[in-house]
Amino acid sequence: MRHLEVSFIVDPVLSGDEVKSTVQTYKDMLTNEGASIVHIAEMGLRQLAYPINNRSTGVYFCIEFSSPNPTFIPKLELALKRDERIMRFLTVSLDKYGVKYNEDKRNGKIGKRQRKEKQVESPVVSEPYVRPVQHAAPAAPAAAPEIVIPEEE
Amino acid sequence: MATQDEIKFLSNPNIGQKKTKYCRFKRFGLKYIDYKDDAFLIQFVNDQGKLLPRRLTGNSLKYQRRVATAVKRARHLAILPYVTDLLK
Repeated sequence: MRHLEVSFIVDPVLSGDEVKSTVQTYKDMLTNEGASIVHIAEMGLRQLAYPINNRSTGVYFCIEFSSPNPTFIPKLELALKRDERIMRFLTVSLDKYGVKYNEDKRNGKIGKRQRKEKQVESPVVSEPYVRPVQHAAPAAPAAAPEIVIPEEE
Repeated sequence: MATQDEIKFLSNPNIGQKKTKYCRFKRFGLKYIDYKDDAFLIQFVNDQGKLLPRRLTGNSLKYQRRVATAVKRARHLAILPYVTDLLK
């Protein structure tokens, strides 16, 4: 049993139903070839890092699937290449850690915690250091411990 | 005699000390690098979107190779740019 993942960018000009039908065609294609679909991740409309086909945004999808004998990949990639609705695609085989990572991510174990920590830390770091003035003596000890925290990481 | 706490240095004695680098993947047990996670991969590229060397990131060779693969995959999918300025 091999685990694979195909991610692709769908043209953002299409309507919501057309985008859904695009994903559905590839989902059907995979199931017809004997692959079992583990998960379909929709990453939504995202800004592209550089323009592709004069588009600056794209709808990202990622289909994770497993198949005992994935010989249909060239066929799938040819179909994706010929499809005008697809802007980019990438097929990747997953090792056992990749499978575990995706599973953890689905269960919310990865990602959220890291971002929360960053959100908590960032306002502390961004606070400007208040220079201890002689008149505002009590303000200085309050500001000092906040600066110390990021150094302990 | 002045105790250790009372000694004051004119300059910061920590300046010039070598900061030990380490491979974060080995230390924190990260086994998989997701090519779709742009916020994570951006730590391994410079302002122009070029991959940072191991000399700076401290990655082990095994994980540096995987980081490079993940960044290249992300570039193909327009998650990271190939060339740019002021990325960070």
